[in-house]
Amino acid sequence: MKNTVYVLIVLLTIVHQDFWWWESSRLVFGFLPITLAYHACVSMAAAALWALAVKYCWPVDADVTESMTGAGSDGGQA
Amino acid sequence: MSAGLTAVIVISCYLALLLGLGLFSSRFFRGTAADFFLASRGIGPFLLLMSLFGTTMTAFALVGSSGEAFAGGVGVYGRMASSSGIIHSACFFLVGIKLWSFGARYGYVTQIQFFRDRFESDKIGLVLFPMLVGLVIPYLLIGVISSGTVVQGITAGAFPDFFPNEVARLNGSVPYWLGAAVICLVVMIYVFFGGVRGTAWANAFQTIVFMILGCVTFFVIANKLGGMDKATQLVEQYNPTRLQAGVSEADVAQYQERLAAWEADKTIAVIKPMEPKGLSKLAFWSYLFIPLSVGMFPHLFQHWLTARSAKSFRLSVIAHPLMIMIVWVPCVLIGVWATSAVMGGKPVIPAGWSNPNAVLVILVKKMAGPLLGGLLTAGILAAIMSSLDSQFLCVGSIFTNDIVGHYIGHDKLSDRQKVIWGRVFVVLIVVVTYIVAVKFKTRSVFTMAVWCFSGFASLFPLVFAAVYWKRATKAGAYACVLSAGAACMWFFAQSGYGANREYLVLGMMPAASMVGISTLAMVVVSLMTQGPSGATIEKFFGKPPSLRAECDVPELVASTGAES
Repeated sequence: MKNTVYVLIVLLTIVHQDFWWWESSRLVFGFLPITLAYHACVSMAAAALWALAVKYCWPVDADVTESMTGAGSDGGQA
Repeated sequence: MSAGLTAVIVISCYLALLLGLGLFSSRFFRGTAADFFLASRGIGPFLLLMSLFGTTMTAFALVGSSGEAFAGGVGVYGRMASSSGIIHSACFFLVGIKLWSFGARYGYVTQIQFFRDRFESDKIGLVLFPMLVGLVIPYLLIGVISSGTVVQGITAGAFPDFFPNEVARLNGSVPYWLGAAVICLVVMIYVFFGGVRGTAWANAFQTIVFMILGCVTFFVIANKLGGMDKATQLVEQYNPTRLQAGVSEADVAQYQERLAAWEADKTIAVIKPMEPKGLSKLAFWSYLFIPLSVGMFPHLFQHWLTARSAKSFRLSVIAHPLMIMIVWVPCVLIGVWATSAVMGGKPVIPAGWSNPNAVLVILVKKMAGPLLGGLLTAGILAAIMSSLDSQFLCVGSIFTNDIVGHYIGHDKLSDRQKVIWGRVFVVLIVVVTYIVAVKFKTRSVFTMAVWCFSGFASLFPLVFAAVYWKRATKAGAYACVLSAGAACMWFFAQSGYGANREYLVLGMMPAASMVGISTLAMVVVSLMTQGPSGATIEKFFGKPPSLRAECDVPELVASTGAES
């Protein structure tokens, strides 16, 4: 799953290039230019993929650092 | 009451609120250097998200995005916003968490401390220090100059007796020097007393302010233009290429026909057709390199280290692309609508308007009234100040920890002395930045923003190799930093020191070539020189002790050799 998530992120970076709507002025919902709608979807897809990365590709040693240093235990004052 | 005076009152209330928040946060200050510079590494997920987002979004997010959309169309979102959504989160996830982890384990406060250790070189600090500070200072100037200019522009007519001005549209406005001074003073006070915690709290508050006000402005303007559908239809009618990312030859031919018809008979359309602005796909792709700059921003590094735990990063990694979208989509639409907006049978933005950055302010002034105008200005100032505060604090931190602490000796300075040094440097930096901003008030500084980001991006291979490539060596690091600096200066000079705003290298943004050059230098020189010591590899790439117990120990030892 870890590799799949990274491959998907690379794919998203590739499709970010906007191969389909580059010169189109079509509108979505009557007011939103399709290329802008497409890139807004890229932003949402980025959030979704990073959520998958957080779930499946989380660096184990970061959690170990927490337990080693006691970070996160008292929560500070922020 | 004049519109200018209303704006002064709204801005004053906002600044007073911010100051109160900053001073309140100082009640939690524990008096230690770790608390002043890193909030005792106690910042939770929400504050971390807000401070990271507030720090990375400058005035450009509100004013520049609408201005760029006005000048070039909706393609600016793909160039600057959705690319940042992917790359910024990648930097937080792949670099930020690693650096937080090293910071928590080995007590780092600044980037230079980490690089000195990782590359086993004290002197690398002397090479990095001028480059980092040299790149942050223009960034600071942009904030101070923008704030003075924005306050002056929106408060016209407020005090005609106190501040007469030869320029009619600025008569009675708060002078540039005074507006910039007040903003600097407010930021300095809450950074001085609250340290990084005050900064994080203020950033969270300011981020919420500019996001809400951005959305309110969007709906008010859309309503005044007859609704979102109607506003976009006008663009379709007068400037259809502003709704596209790219421009075809047919689009250009159609524009030329329409322009010729309009010039022959100006009564056929209210709006003069605007020239289509195309961008090659290669140049569009090369914009992906610019957001790599967040990997090397020293002020962002400092915010990373404030995280309470690695888990605090999760919300930032996921929500950052969405936050960018919430701010940018409305601003880009407003900018595009401005190209064809009509009020009372006249264009809202006069034909041939040459200052795109003023588009949002003009629309707000004409359509939203003085109160919302004042509030939006507060929102713009919020975006500026939420970056300024972190930058002031980080430069103070670099001076205190990498110069004073490092050369006098950290053990010879008490915590209290470090905090005093930190505060003294914050004040000094604010004063110096203010003086330079007043003396060299020039619009060319805005162009330098892109160069600043490109400069930081060119250093990205350094941090990436430092955390992921065991074989990256001290000599490779020097080669990377020096080649990045040289490439940055060379391309900057070639562009006429930023005068040529369309400057490309091999058809791409200069950042792409700069990253390529510094990566090549890092890789080639590292491979030609002796690798780091086993102890350093073990320190940064070896498994932590509690994991080591569960792992195959002989394999781990074997993997720590310099040849790996």
